[in-house]
Amino acid sequence: MTIYAIIFYLLALLILGSTAMAITRRNLIHAVIYLIFSFFGSAMLFYLLGAPFLAVLEVIIYAGAIMVLFLFIVIMMKLKTGPERLFPFTQWLPAAICGVIYIAIGFGVVISEPGSRITLKTAIADPGVFGQYIFEKHWLSIEIVSLLLLVALIGALLLGRRSKKAPAAKASEGEL
Amino acid sequence: MIVPFGHVLILAGLLFLMGMVCMVVRRSLIMILLGVEIMLNAAAIILVGSSLLFQQLEGQSIVLFVFAIAGAEVSVGLALIVWAHRQTGSVDPRDYNLLK
Repeated sequence: MTIYAIIFYLLALLILGSTAMAITRRNLIHAVIYLIFSFFGSAMLFYLLGAPFLAVLEVIIYAGAIMVLFLFIVIMMKLKTGPERLFPFTQWLPAAICGVIYIAIGFGVVISEPGSRITLKTAIADPGVFGQYIFEKHWLSIEIVSLLLLVALIGALLLGRRSKKAPAAKASEGEL
Repeated sequence: MIVPFGHVLILAGLLFLMGMVCMVVRRSLIMILLGVEIMLNAAAIILVGSSLLFQQLEGQSIVLFVFAIAGAEVSVGLALIVWAHRQTGSVDPRDYNLLK
């Protein structure tokens, strides 16, 4: 077992543990902060798998921007973190059955597939080369994604605008 | 030499399953959105792993677009949650029954 394998398994434990903590917390702020740890683990995993630029982006976008946005919303809305009841078991029993079948099939596929036994070799994608590749091969997608972000920005602004007239029905008509 | 590719797949699969459980079981819109984020992150891990397996940059470039889409999705989703919270005073999907 090489040092890289040890790092991988440690990171996997960190990611799975902190995500499991995140999805079981009652307090939303605690959940978000555990998830930040999980995303830091993913960033280190990206670095290990040879994507340093994506590791940086993961820290900046996921851990930095998205999770802080969640934190702001949770703090701003002053949610009561009282006893949040889960859905009744009978309601999500089908989902649980599907999940178990999914796990079984997934493990079966991964174990039986010979391609999954290939050991990954360490390599690194130089950020400069990566950037050049992106703008040579995917320049149109970059433009489309930038338009998508602009549309999302305008949509978020429209939805977040506080209407002058307070009545709920009127506001919903005007804004939707 | 890191690990067999199958282990990356299993890690990402478990992470995806956790996101799905979070989406299905929790009863708060914010936790549902967090579940979506966890699932997108699991997909990104598989893409980076397969990009290393095949020694191609395609996987990594898809992850870049996944990040952008996650950003757009979370901003619109949180704006919708704030709007719904303003209308009904709750983030529990049970309370959205205006049409009832």
